[in-house]
Amino acid sequence: MCLGIPGRIVATVDVAGLLMGTVDFDGLTREVCLAYLPDARVGEYVIVHVGFAISMVDEAEAHRTLEMLRSMGTSLEAEL
Amino acid sequence: MRYLDEYRDPALARQLLDEIHTTATRPWTLMEVCGGQTHTIVRQGIDNLLPAGLRMIHGPGCPVCVTPLELIDKALAIAARPEVIFTSYGDMLRVPGTGTDLLALRARGSDVRVVYSPLDAVRLAEQHPDRQVVFFAVGFETTAPANAMAVLRAHQLGLPNFSILVSHVLVPPAMTALLDAPDRQVQGFLAAGHVCAVMGWTEYEPIAHRYQVPVVVTGFEPLDLLEGILMAVRQLEAGHARVENQYARAVHRDGNSRAREAIRRVFRVRDRAWRGIGTIPDSGLALTDEFARYDAETRFAVSGLTAREHPACIAGDILTGAREPTDCTAYGTACTPRTPLGAPMVSTEGTCAAYHSAGRAS
Ligand code: SF4
Repeated sequence: MCLGIPGRIVATVDVAGLLMGTVDFDGLTREVCLAYLPDARVGEYVIVHVGFAISMVDEAEAHRTLEMLRSMGTSLEAEL
Repeated sequence: MRYLDEYRDPALARQLLDEIHTTATRPWTLMEVCGGQTHTIVRQGIDNLLPAGLRMIHGPGCPVCVTPLELIDKALAIAARPEVIFTSYGDMLRVPGTGTDLLALRARGSDVRVVYSPLDAVRLAEQHPDRQVVFFAVGFETTAPANAMAVLRAHQLGLPNFSILVSHVLVPPAMTALLDAPDRQVQGFLAAGHVCAVMGWTEYEPIAHRYQVPVVVTGFEPLDLLEGILMAVRQLEAGHARVENQYARAVHRDGNSRAREAIRRVFRVRDRAWRGIGTIPDSGLALTDEFARYDAETRFAVSGLTAREHPACIAGDILTGAREPTDCTAYGTACTPRTPLGAPMVSTEGTCAAYHSAGRAS
């Protein structure tokens, strides 16, 4: 149950005062509560746990981490 | 799939492994706290690819596994009542209680339903005003915001027929308990990324400082885990003991303030028994006075049950990392995912189930 997975918000809707949204997980869509991320917008990625978005995926950070890992590879190769 | 596939790249994983091999000059023992991380480590065989002296021990981070038997028995007693619709996440259904489990109860006619979100349970309470809908609120800090919102929503909608059976545990007090153990082995932690997505990581700073252990907030994909291990090893080799964040794409220092606020409003901290481990001070949550009427334990007055664990099960040692599933005489024989004797064999986050599904032999 602790497995949170990233998905993309495709729609948001107010359900009697509760902010809900539709999130796309690679083709599979689910209704997700967005009350804890009221600033999340359609098109953005969020991490979803038991039907609740708890965290935004920071795209810039995601790229930075991957770039850092890739450059570590090149510097290793340079050493060899 | 975006933000998953990139973090499973085998070439980058190889590089990280090489870097870990170069960096580790001495034997170290790390613990990954979360069962989701255990699942990835064991399934991908990451622990077997690490340098010989670098040991991963699997922590108690499987909420299903640490829910005390007494509470499972209470869930069973409540679910057996004819007026009750008992709702739960799927992985609680096969957790063995003293005599039976929820799945068996359902087969005998009790109304036990699997829900994806606690809000589904609130909806059921709206749809069935003549029934009592109970949600088994199990989990760490990751599911607490969802359960808090379910209570707030039921309160807002004025639903007298909704309640939750609270089985919430908190990670930092469990880490402290493991560090206080006289035979402590763990020298560094990979903290659970999604717990920190909610709570942030400031709670870990005094732990890192007081016990001089590195704590690395880590994600769940293979590259996340390898990078988290590398960061922890670098700290250990350099004699540092800080909190670092590997999972920066999803975790901020202060976590999710709205979620934390909802938890604080609905729940209060209390002592809690952990299955197989015992009571850990301030390691659980109970409903605050304001929301006490949503507590299923008092609503259905379930007490005076005597709980008995299966004698062969060494779940306590598994949960603290003292022994491995393959050390258990029942592992893979009397105890399998189809016929679990103990909770760690039930949930995919349980260490015994992770070992079994990866085909590890005793
Ligand atoms: S293998 Fe089964 S009996 Fe043994 S410790 Fe794990 S859950 Fe308990």
